[in-house]
Formats: sequence, structure tokens, C-alpha cells
Amino acid sequence: MAQQGEARPSRWRWLLIVVPYAWLFVLFLVPFLIVFKISFSTTAIAQPPYTPVFDLSAGVAGIFDAVRQFTVDNYLWLTQDALYVRAYLSSLVIAVVSTGLALLVGYPVAYGMARAPKRWQMTLLMMVILPFWTSFLIRVYAWIGILKKEGLLNQLLLWVGVIHEPLTILNTNWAVYVGIVYSYLPFMILPLYASLERLDESLLEAAADLGCRPIRAFWRITFPLSIPGVVAGCFLVFIPVTGEFVIPDLLGGSGTLMIGKTLWTEFFNNRDWPLSSAVAVILLLILVVPIVVFQNQEQRRAERERG
Amino acid sequence: MAAKALGAVRRTFAPWEDAAAKPYIEFRGVTKRFGETTAVDTVDLGVYEKEFFALLGPSGCGKTTLMRMVAGFETPSAGSVLIDGQDLAGVPPYRRPTNMMFQSYALFPHMTVEDNVAFGLKQERMSKEEIAARVDEMLKLVKLAPLARRRPDQLSGGQKQRVALARSLAKKPKVLLLDEPLGALDKKLREETQFELTDLQQQLGMTFVIVTHDQEEAMTVADRIAVMDRGRVVQVATPAEIYEQPSTRYVADFIGDINLLEGRVTGIGDTTVRIACTGTGATAFVEQRVDARPGDPAWFAIRPEKVAISLKRPADVAINTVSGEVWDIGYFGDVSVYHVRLETGAIVKATVTNRTRLVERPITWDDKVWLSWSRDSGIVLTS
Repeated sequence: MAQQGEARPSRWRWLLIVVPYAWLFVLFLVPFLIVFKISFSTTAIAQPPYTPVFDLSAGVAGIFDAVRQFTVDNYLWLTQDALYVRAYLSSLVIAVVSTGLALLVGYPVAYGMARAPKRWQMTLLMMVILPFWTSFLIRVYAWIGILKKEGLLNQLLLWVGVIHEPLTILNTNWAVYVGIVYSYLPFMILPLYASLERLDESLLEAAADLGCRPIRAFWRITFPLSIPGVVAGCFLVFIPVTGEFVIPDLLGGSGTLMIGKTLWTEFFNNRDWPLSSAVAVILLLILVVPIVVFQNQEQRRAERERG
Repeated sequence: MAAKALGAVRRTFAPWEDAAAKPYIEFRGVTKRFGETTAVDTVDLGVYEKEFFALLGPSGCGKTTLMRMVAGFETPSAGSVLIDGQDLAGVPPYRRPTNMMFQSYALFPHMTVEDNVAFGLKQERMSKEEIAARVDEMLKLVKLAPLARRRPDQLSGGQKQRVALARSLAKKPKVLLLDEPLGALDKKLREETQFELTDLQQQLGMTFVIVTHDQEEAMTVADRIAVMDRGRVVQVATPAEIYEQPSTRYVADFIGDINLLEGRVTGIGDTTVRIACTGTGATAFVEQRVDARPGDPAWFAIRPEKVAISLKRPADVAINTVSGEVWDIGYFGDVSVYHVRLETGAIVKATVTNRTRLVERPITWDDKVWLSWSRDSGIVLTS
């Protein structure tokens, strides 16, 4: 058995595996466990504003002491106040509608990109990705300037004569949809483009040869074969949008109920860290199902392509 | 390797010889340009009904482009394509009476074999029972009935090809276009499928147009072959005529093996011509009517299997004979090809059938041999 030759590859492989795990452990698992722990605490007028706080100097006994103070009151509170349930539901509804709108807008764009002459495709791809190079916050802010009563959109519509009174778009759910679709469109377009670009053109030629008109060929051949891209794009939009905060905060009104905003309010305005931690934990649990389904889909697709 | 001429045996079928017959598919002055390059250059061609027609040529000669213009995937830059007398300009592929079998098969990966074959039929308004019956008939034709429920990714290459064939025949088109259909198959399967294709074509009475770069394939299946070179059709003839009477050196060289001896015309008769072959020092006396004058350059072309090789000096050394040394021998089991090096350095090939099972043959390397041929076994080419 080759000792020297085998020892080196396995050490590097171990390192390759350990690094991402360590990264995830430190930057995801540990923070999540902290939030999880805080969700079982109670508010206190202290720094940090909850109790118990683990005091390592008190030793193991001190930790057991703290754990005995844990309570599930926060979770019970979530079920008792209808606000939170409504906020969760509202977030899911907004996420579903936004995903649908993003699909409607993104599919034609991705289709156009995939069918464009090959030498243009790199440029088009760059144009889709380029907005990411600027600050997300500033781009959302820009929409305020466009959608407000004296904003660019109203000015344009008034000038053209389509309307006579400025429209109220800002601080309504419509503005939120615009903001979300705008910000998350690349997440929809890119997987769609990847899926459509891989489509074999000779399949469409074969369909035409067999008597199928172009529109029918789209629904019978192109769309079914692009479904993996549709699914991937929908998940990539739906999952983060459910917990979205910035866009509903900047563009939405007081009537826009999203769980991200609720969480923020609890945390910063009410200084209720335990309750907001509970909100966050529940949100994660709600999203676990689509996340796991998405992972499975992707894995199955990758296996199918490899095999 | 000496190609064995396996031309179609159906000698009674020859509509191109009938002056009154009109071609079913016609190319009139068809040209196709892609930007700067001309893929097809002023092609005039006629394919008759029920013919098995082959477009043969190397990669890039324009044969696939020509066929795609019949299918409707390319439109001619100039000229017109007609089927049954009707100009197809402006007619999209889904309205043409043609069906195509693609080189990559282009099977729909998200449909079963059944659904693939039924796809074309679903575009016409056939009833469910009719569709099912036709699909069944097609799958039985290509012997794939038990695999009807499988998906393309569960099929072997040969099976995929049969599904593609069944799918393209399902609508019973007047013209079937085959784009290098047998390229991906191994030799044995290819040979079997070639004969199946010819049987199928006769059985169904359709016009088949096949595009291929494999000259053996073209010779096996086709009634007539059009040899193409860089966008132009060089010769259109039956396999036997292409093989034994090539019109140019290009055709002679492209099909099978050939000895091309360059020379000058030294004598012209009514039905004969005499050529002094400068490269070989031989004089060829050929029984052929040639339009040339003494002093014109010409090539004498003779197939290796028509060249006799012997250790004995023939009676008349003056014409149709040359001597040399055996430079190399190619052993192919059924034939041996002797590469004979002449005094001038040129190599002439002679093919001999290994009629006996002897391993030791009378003629071997470095032997001094005589090559000879009769006055009608070679031809003179002027281009």
C-alpha cells in the first residue's frame, strides 16, 4: 500500500472539506444557535436586553442554571397575537405573487437572450448581472424617486396625458412588487437562461418538420424542457423574498405586512430580542420545506445530467 | 482499399432515362450564400419520384445545405426549389410534404418513444385510435414495438436511430430526407441498416434523399448519386456509372481507389485515343471517344482491380503495359493491393483477389513485375 502517495491527497481533501464546513459553522450555525437560544429568553432591562445570559466564568453549573430559566413564552405569544400569523401569511402571499410576476417578466427576457446571436449573449448576460455591481439599497432608493407622487413616472404619465392626477404608487403594495421584481429579476433570469440556452435547436427544427407551428412548438417542446430552470428561478426568488425587509420598508406602506418588517420592528423599536428571535426561528422553519425541496430538485437534476 | 461496386440492382427503374418523365424534386439554379461564403453554387438537379437519391461529398461541400433547402430550414439566396412542380418559396417547414431524419436524431427527451412517433400525427387532425394504430405500425416496421414506453435516454444509439426513422415515416411523407443517418453506428449495424433502408424505401414507395460523406454507403443504397464539391454538383449518375465512368478526376478519386496517370494525347481516333503517360513512361491505348487534340494534357484513370499483375513479361510491351518493383503489399483478407513502384518513381496500385487460402503468394516484396490492362478497362479524363 503506497503510504507516501496516499497520505498527501487525503490530507488536502480533508482540508477542502473542512474549510467550508468551518465557515458555515462559524458564520451560520453559531449565529443561528445564538438566536435560537435568545428565543427562549425573556426581555430584561439590561445590556444585552434579555436574560439569561451565559456566563462562562460560572462554569458548567452556571450554564445549567441559565438553561433552567429558558421559557417558551415567546413562541406562545406568536400564536396568541394574530399579527404574526397574518404577517407570515402576508409574506408568503407577497412572495408567491412576486415570484409569479418575476417569472412573467423574466421568461421572455431569458428566452430572448437564449435565442440571440451567440456573439451578443455574453453582452446580454453582463447587462443582467451589471446591476449587482451597484448597491442594492441605492437601487431600491432610486425607485422612491421614480414612484413617488412628484416622481419620474407620474411626471411622464402626466406629460403624455394618460392621467390627470398623479398616481399613488409609492407606499403601497404595488411599489413593493415593483421593487421586488426589479431586484430579484436576475435570480429568475439566470437559471432560466441557463436552461433555455442548453436547448437543442434541432429539436425545434424536428418539431417544425413534423408539422408543428412555432407557437405550439414553444408550449410542447421549449417550455417543458425549460421547467428545471423555471423551478430553480422560482425557488431562488421565493425563498429570500419571504423574509425580505428593505423593499417593503422603503417602498411599502403601513399596510404592507411582511414578516421581515415585523421582525425589525420587534427588534429595534420594541427592543424585544427574545420575541424577534422566535419570529426568526419560525420563519426559518417555514422556509426549511421549500429549501429542502429545492436542494433535492437541484441534486436530482445534476445527477440526471451527469448520468 | 479497392471499393467493391455494390450499385443498386434495380436496373429496370431508371426514370432519368425517360425524356418524358419530370423530376419530383427540382433544383433550378439554386445558390445559397452565408455572408461571404457560398455554400451552394448554382445547382441544377432533379430527383425523380420513388428514387433513392444520394448527395455525396466531403464536409463543407454544401450537400446538407442543399437538403435543408428542400426541408425548408434554409431559403435559397437565388434560384428555386420545386416539389411536384410547385415552387416552395415562402413555404415554411411545417407545411411541406417532406420529413427529415436528423443526424443527431433530435428525439424529444421529455417524451416516450410512442409520443415521439405520434408527435407529427398529433399535428394533423387524426383521431386517437388512428394515431395509436399508425404508431403501432411504425414501431413494428422498425422492430421497436416492445420499447414503446421508454424514453430516449434509456435507448442505445441504434435504437434511437430507429425511433427517429419511425417518427419521420409516421406521416407517410412523399419525400424523406436523411441527414447522415448512419454515421453514429458501428460498421456491422451500419451495413444491416443500409439494406433495411433500401428495402423500406421500395416497400413504402417513397422518394428518399440521403446526405452522406461515406461513398460506400452512397453506392450501396442509392439509385443515383450526385457528387458535390465546394457547392457545385460535379456528376450525377448511377453508382456503376460514377464508379466506372467518372467525369472528372475529383469524382474518380473521391469514389473508391484509382490510379491516375498524367500524360499527353499522342493519337486520336474515332473511338480510340493514345496517351503517353509522362509520369510512368507507359503508353495507354484506350477505347474511348475523347474530345481532344494531340498534345492536349489528359489523365488516364484505371481502377486497381482492373490492373493485372504478373511476373511474366506480356506479349506486347508497347501499349497498356508497365513494369516496376513491388513496393508494398496491403493485405485486407479478401484482397491484396500491390503498390508497384515504376522506374520513374510513380506508384501504381493493382488489386488481386486472394482466390486461394495460401499464405505464401507467388508475388512478394521487391519482385520485378509487369502491370497490364485491356484497352477498355480504364478511361481518359480531361478535367
